[in-house]
Amino acid sequence: MNALSDAALRRLRDAADEPDLTGTKYEIVGRIGQGGMGTVYRARDRELGREIALKVIRLPEGAPDIAARMMREARTLALLEHPGIVPIHDVGTLVDGRVFYAMKLVRGAPLHELPTTGVPERLGIVERVCEAVAFAHAHGVIHRDLKPQNVMVGEFGEVLVMDWGVAKVVGDATASLGVGSVPRTDEHPEPTTGHGVVLGTPGYMAPEQAAGDPSLVDARADVYAIGALLRDLCTGIPDAARPDGSGEVPRPLRAIIRRAMAPDPRDRYADVTALAQDVAAFRAGDRVTSYNENLFERGRRLAVRHSTPILLVLAYLLMRLTFLAVFGR
Amino acid sequence: MGSFPATRHSVVAGIASPDIQTRRVAFDALVSAYWRPVYKYVRIKWRRDGEDAADLTQEFFARAFEKGSLGRFEPARARFRTFLRLCLDGFVANEIKARGRLKRGGDVSFVPLDFAAAEHEISTHPAAPGVGMASLTGHDEDDLFRQEWVRGLFADAVAALRASCEATGKTTQFAVFQRYDLDDTADVRPTYSQLASELAIPVTQVTNYLAFARRELRRLVLERLRSLCATDEEFRLEARELLGADPTSRPA
Repeated sequence: MNALSDAALRRLRDAADEPDLTGTKYEIVGRIGQGGMGTVYRARDRELGREIALKVIRLPEGAPDIAARMMREARTLALLEHPGIVPIHDVGTLVDGRVFYAMKLVRGAPLHELPTTGVPERLGIVERVCEAVAFAHAHGVIHRDLKPQNVMVGEFGEVLVMDWGVAKVVGDATASLGVGSVPRTDEHPEPTTGHGVVLGTPGYMAPEQAAGDPSLVDARADVYAIGALLRDLCTGIPDAARPDGSGEVPRPLRAIIRRAMAPDPRDRYADVTALAQDVAAFRAGDRVTSYNENLFERGRRLAVRHSTPILLVLAYLLMRLTFLAVFGR
Repeated sequence: MGSFPATRHSVVAGIASPDIQTRRVAFDALVSAYWRPVYKYVRIKWRRDGEDAADLTQEFFARAFEKGSLGRFEPARARFRTFLRLCLDGFVANEIKARGRLKRGGDVSFVPLDFAAAEHEISTHPAAPGVGMASLTGHDEDDLFRQEWVRGLFADAVAALRASCEATGKTTQFAVFQRYDLDDTADVRPTYSQLASELAIPVTQVTNYLAFARRELRRLVLERLRSLCATDEEFRLEARELLGADPTSRPA
């Protein structure tokens, strides 16, 4: 018996758990990572000659429930056609019984691995996330697991919200889009999330979501999570590659984060659009609704906001004064 | 729970058997699975030279067989792998203390052990280029024991897969598997179409053959793993750690 090299052993361990793609048009290229419920592979679509991301259910206990959830996630995603939501190409069941879906392969980095960028760029990312999530909310879908790992920033700056595996569908998502069947009532219903079953990620989960009562969770849980994202982006995500200490967070921005992450949902922004508007206002140097600025702060903000015309006027006045002093007229 | 591999008898149950023949067969399987991690562990953690480590390895198994110490394993307290490593630590510590006072013991021999090959692996381990595994310390030693155990498990399963493919005329299936999953000489894996033209088969067959070989490998690994675990719970835990999967949830 020859000993296996470490590299061969790694491959074999992965191979032994790789999905059986017999009968599909896909072949595995490599493993990208492990999500909430499944493993994501980089795969090649032989027919179209392109690479895609293939999400395959991990082998869990209680597989039927999770398989139904995966199928539901795929259908939810298929309904949400938005530039900020990763598009889905295909869904199905493998010969080994596992559910898979093929989606666009996003080339880029998750938020927590992004190289350090300026505050305006980071706020811009939050706004893009808000737009995508607002679209989902408008169609009755609550993400429930927004966190840096689930936001991808592509090579060209595009922002995509990923991993809708624990999304909650409220009302009739398909009716609002005017297509297809209703995900909650067909053969792949939303798995029951009973009392005490907590879905989400600590640190990004709203208190009512952490309490494990799904009836209390609405779109404001996503507002809370985006507030946490904003906090991370403004203070520096705790990460070995990017330590804390991105500088002091301006008070209006702190007020935005505080309001978004208010423990009581009633104290939060009513929806992500309102949150996005405040973030955009701060970015543009306008007044934010969550912060009562004093006269001095208002003056300073306006000075910064209108710095160019103010400088031009000052320069003109200085020139006039110089003229007066030199020529006496 | 019907999908548990059942073709191999439990080694852990076998080593506690009152029947000498059953115990003997179980010990052979146990030694096959564990001699390599035991030898490397003694070499690295206990810093014994190759000859001494080989003696201690053989002696550990011989003594365990004679005294039935491994048969006293209590599944509720630890995994069998952990229990065996603790027994080994105790054995080596006592042995070093008693060196010179006690006769080096045991005239029991098991399956042939290739200590020279194991020694070569130690000196060429990639974790410490140039100096080899000998530089590993502390926590690495525990990982080393487990890693070597996993390596043995997979190597044994691959050998069984090869033998089974050869016996059933499925050498092309094994060749696909070998080129795609086993061969680590090239930096980049071949694509399915490259493999197809190389082996003169359709691309769809590459998918099918690879799926077959991986399914078989998985079955063989789980079968061996099951025989080395004392309880279903331990088996599930080990399988989940090893393959990231619950062995009961996929059809065999």
